[in-house]
Amino acid sequence: MTPMRELLEPATSRSATPPALAAQRRAARVDLAVEIAVTAAGVAGVVLLGLVIVFVVRGALPLALDPQQRAQVSLDALLLPQPGRAGAALLWSPTARVPRVSLWPLLAGTLKVAGVALAVAAPLGVAAALFTSEFAPGRVRTWVKPAIELLAGIPSVLLGSFALLTLATALQSAFGFDFRLNALVAGLALALAVVPLIFTLTDDALRAVPPAYREAALALGATRWETAFHVVLPAAAPGVLGALVLGVGRAVGETMIVLMASGNAAMVSANLAEPTRTVAATIAAELGDVVMGSTHASLLFLLGAALFGFTLTLNVTAGAWVRRRLARQAGGTP
Amino acid sequence: MRPAWRFRRARLFEGLAAAAAAALVVALMVVLVDVLRGAGALSWRFFVEAPGATATEGGIFPAIFGTVALTLVMTVLVMPLGVGAAVYLHEYASPAARLPGLVRAAVHHLARLPSLVYGLFGLGFFVHTVGRAVDGVTGQALRWGQPGLLWAACTLAVLTLPTVIVATEEALRSVPHEVRLASLALGATRAQMLGQVVLPAAAPGILTAAVLAISRGAGEVAPVLLTGVASWLPDLPDGLSSQFMHLGFHAHVLATQSPDVDAARAPLAGTAAALLTLTFLLNLVAAALRARLASSAGAR
Repeated sequence: MTPMRELLEPATSRSATPPALAAQRRAARVDLAVEIAVTAAGVAGVVLLGLVIVFVVRGALPLALDPQQRAQVSLDALLLPQPGRAGAALLWSPTARVPRVSLWPLLAGTLKVAGVALAVAAPLGVAAALFTSEFAPGRVRTWVKPAIELLAGIPSVLLGSFALLTLATALQSAFGFDFRLNALVAGLALALAVVPLIFTLTDDALRAVPPAYREAALALGATRWETAFHVVLPAAAPGVLGALVLGVGRAVGETMIVLMASGNAAMVSANLAEPTRTVAATIAAELGDVVMGSTHASLLFLLGAALFGFTLTLNVTAGAWVRRRLARQAGGTP
Repeated sequence: MRPAWRFRRARLFEGLAAAAAAALVVALMVVLVDVLRGAGALSWRFFVEAPGATATEGGIFPAIFGTVALTLVMTVLVMPLGVGAAVYLHEYASPAARLPGLVRAAVHHLARLPSLVYGLFGLGFFVHTVGRAVDGVTGQALRWGQPGLLWAACTLAVLTLPTVIVATEEALRSVPHEVRLASLALGATRAQMLGQVVLPAAAPGILTAAVLAISRGAGEVAPVLLTGVASWLPDLPDGLSSQFMHLGFHAHVLATQSPDVDAARAPLAGTAAALLTLTFLLNLVAAALRARLASSAGAR
């Protein structure tokens, strides 16, 4: 596909141009303008990712560069137990008279809530995908798959209000929790947001496995379950892993559900029935009230950068693993 | 291993997989029924009136208006950029070049960032950098350098950009290559081929991209929380620099900040209904459009 303008160039040197030629030159100019415009749009994608990185990190930089903020927040204060009235403790209370800014309560809370969500969403999502892709009759599949995917269309704030008003009460009366809002409630509601992601991508990965794999296994006398679990699922492993990684990223980064249903008490504890607080919920809850440029604002941007860094690292690592695995599969050793 | 046992085990696990799928469908129904419970008690006036003195009184019209205005501005911003980038990737970029790979990687990572990170970015970049600069140039005290409709829409446009690019590329892929060759053979320039042949043929798919972006953008609360949303603002926004009410944030306020949970049930259900109309129903529309697109592609 040679662009028109290259064919036209030699013929257009004379000054008196016939109208047809003028129209052609105009078309060639438009052609060039369109190419430049769409290339710029493509470049904008790269520039925007760069801007996101720069501006999230920039918000946290004063912690390292501004002498006043460095005096207020040291690396020790972020990571080591600080002396308090009741002995050394890991606390997050940046607005207290003596601010405490330990990151551990928030990291522990994030780990707890995301852990619950994934422990529920991963087996459910993969099992449901096995059903729709391997076992369900065609007519059932055409209804069940879109229905599960519609879960993704429910805004997370509504999942949060469901968790806050209904799920929390139901779980408390069933298990007698001391606290209505806790890591388990938030984790279960979060699972509802994570599961459609894992389901859809796993189903896609399973269906991409060539039918010949199934036919060979069935012909050797394997049951449908053995075929699905021992042949199709391993063959789809890279795709399933991609689905799980996406689920982890969503579980760690989701904000509104956790903000509404976790109880938002920052503490280091392994008890799932206690209120907890995540990194994302902390940013959302506190950034509205801080003065930009303050130490507190810089700390929240630091949390944001950590969230960002985690997601990016996770995706890059998983991407590399998937590529290696796919290359090995293509090489013939399963 | 005895065969009978193997078959029993196979049936058991197949049953468990079916139960998992059924549980998810039931969960969907339970959530939908629960968030909409009590909406029957509302009159239509709820949707056209301004809120009263507290969040549980009066209507939600400003929140509907704010959400629709926000997603409209977002769509106007994201569609040219997203369609342009997809056209670049699918129609112009040569596979051997470095740039398209870079663009694809950037889009891939943008799509996987937590939505809250976009909020931080919007606050730091659009509000405090671009907005302050605009105020500085125009000599205004503080108009653009604070959270507002335009900055929230810009933030959502960045958030939905990957959705639009991926869906538009899919639409472009569904246009047969021969159509492009035929149009070039008839003497069209590349731009003419795109504008008069390829893009019209891909139009339903590009519409799907817009619908997906709107349904995603309208439901996101975390990014707009930091860039322009207000919890109580009975007057409609009077320009792109004003703050605005938002259905998702209003639902958050109703669920978390009303002293009387039972009084908040009905307005919360009404807010959820309005929000789901923008997200859930549009998702269904996108699914239907896609199905039609797939069946017409199959018929060719």
